[in-house]
Amino acid sequence: MTDPRVAGVGLTHFGKHPDRTGRAMFAEAGLAALDDAGIDPDDVEALFYGNFMGELAEHQGHQAPLMAEAVGLDVPATRYESACASSGAAIRDAVFRLRNGEADVALVGGAERMTNVGTAAATDALSIAADDLYEVRAGMTFPGAYALMARAYFEEYGGSKAELAEIAVKNHDNALPNEYAQMQQEITVEDALDAPIIADPLGLYDSCPITDGATAAVLVSEDYADDHDLDAGVAITGSGQGGDKMALHDRRYLARTPATEDAADEAYDDAGIGPDAVDFLEVHDCFTIAEVLALEGLDLYEPGEAIGAAARGETTRDGDLPVNLSGGLKAKGHPVGATGVAQLISLTKLLEGRHPRADAVESADTALAHNAGGTVASATVHVLQEVGR
Amino acid sequence: MSDEPRDDGFDDLLDAIADGEGFYVECDEGHGSLPPRLACPQCGSQELSEEPLPDSGEITTYTVVTVPTPQFDEDSPYVTAIVDFGPVSITGQVQGVDPEDVETGQVVGIDVGETVTRDERVIVFEPR
Repeated sequence: MTDPRVAGVGLTHFGKHPDRTGRAMFAEAGLAALDDAGIDPDDVEALFYGNFMGELAEHQGHQAPLMAEAVGLDVPATRYESACASSGAAIRDAVFRLRNGEADVALVGGAERMTNVGTAAATDALSIAADDLYEVRAGMTFPGAYALMARAYFEEYGGSKAELAEIAVKNHDNALPNEYAQMQQEITVEDALDAPIIADPLGLYDSCPITDGATAAVLVSEDYADDHDLDAGVAITGSGQGGDKMALHDRRYLARTPATEDAADEAYDDAGIGPDAVDFLEVHDCFTIAEVLALEGLDLYEPGEAIGAAARGETTRDGDLPVNLSGGLKAKGHPVGATGVAQLISLTKLLEGRHPRADAVESADTALAHNAGGTVASATVHVLQEVGR
Repeated sequence: MSDEPRDDGFDDLLDAIADGEGFYVECDEGHGSLPPRLACPQCGSQELSEEPLPDSGEITTYTVVTVPTPQFDEDSPYVTAIVDFGPVSITGQVQGVDPEDVETGQVVGIDVGETVTRDERVIVFEPR
């Protein structure tokens, strides 16, 4: 068993592109990834594709064959739906397929068209990642769910809205040179604290934007990379997935995320590393509090300690553990089904030294991608390591 | 009520709460959950019974939602809360109190109300 390599990556601009169809966006991302990999497209053996709200946004189910066709591929294609962790789940299955020798080349990716339906309908569509009968019918929104978790966190461990604001400021700052990011806009703690409240205690700048976009990556076996002399020095060396009860009220914890803990344990074991080996990471910061929960779930901080990490400068670009150098979901944007692969793309470019924030992690070789679905009823974690050619 | 199909279990629970006879599902290991259930979500036991829901619970966490989904457009701002009834916790809306005065730890009772926007049934908590 060998570790799959990331041979090429591609993505669209993340932002408001209401007129762009999912198929057009995925075609752009997929073709860019194939071009970046420099492989013969005929060698691709399968598409693993993530999408969450295609039925609601585009009245389009059964999207995977459509997306394979859009990239000009005639291959078996499967759509993965795990809410916001859809393409994280897609990566995981592609990794398994390559590892066990059943394929040598896989295209993974995702796409989401969201802004065409407007904010109210997008809020409604996102809410269905929660339990419809027992949460959505009680008025729970996606920001509302994370607000319930944020208040529970404050009650359990302490922390302040100003500390959450520092996370938003950090991630916006990271996104400034990222031409693919939705928000290339500097903000201050005061901006964040003064912003309108969406679901108390979370305000506008605690929340990721609604985003259109697509992502793709070509994953290949080590043998294929060697045989074709590919420039593919980043390997996926660990994969993990965890789950939790769907409804928050059925969870054992409101201020901890056991799905992330389980996914991280498995991914660290799989890669043969401990959390102390992680040099930098992309975590699922759909809301500022989600970054806190992720860092604690990944065993990089003790419960109650990560709330102040950005404010203390530990997770900033020049800190010991840079988090979300891409800008994160918060500033880069969150085209839901495309996000897991977006994290993989950012980490690959950072490790390869071709990301605008790569200078922050010049000597680093180990990175982590954390993708979460709903209120973390699903989570995937992948370890990426620079292994050289 | 319209001619819409019911959601078995869920609508049964709301009917029961409205009649002042709320219940929850308990397995033989003592884990509580909400219907419909054929297996305990905590341990998988299929030995389940319906037990009376305690008369009141405590607010564990809450939020004041100011940007709602369309079905709650005219309801906002409203308070969504998780209330701990002991063997089971339930999500609903806190009513009968100014959103500013809602606190964790507050003791509330449970009832069924209607949304302003679409006259749909909603689980409601009111301070005791």
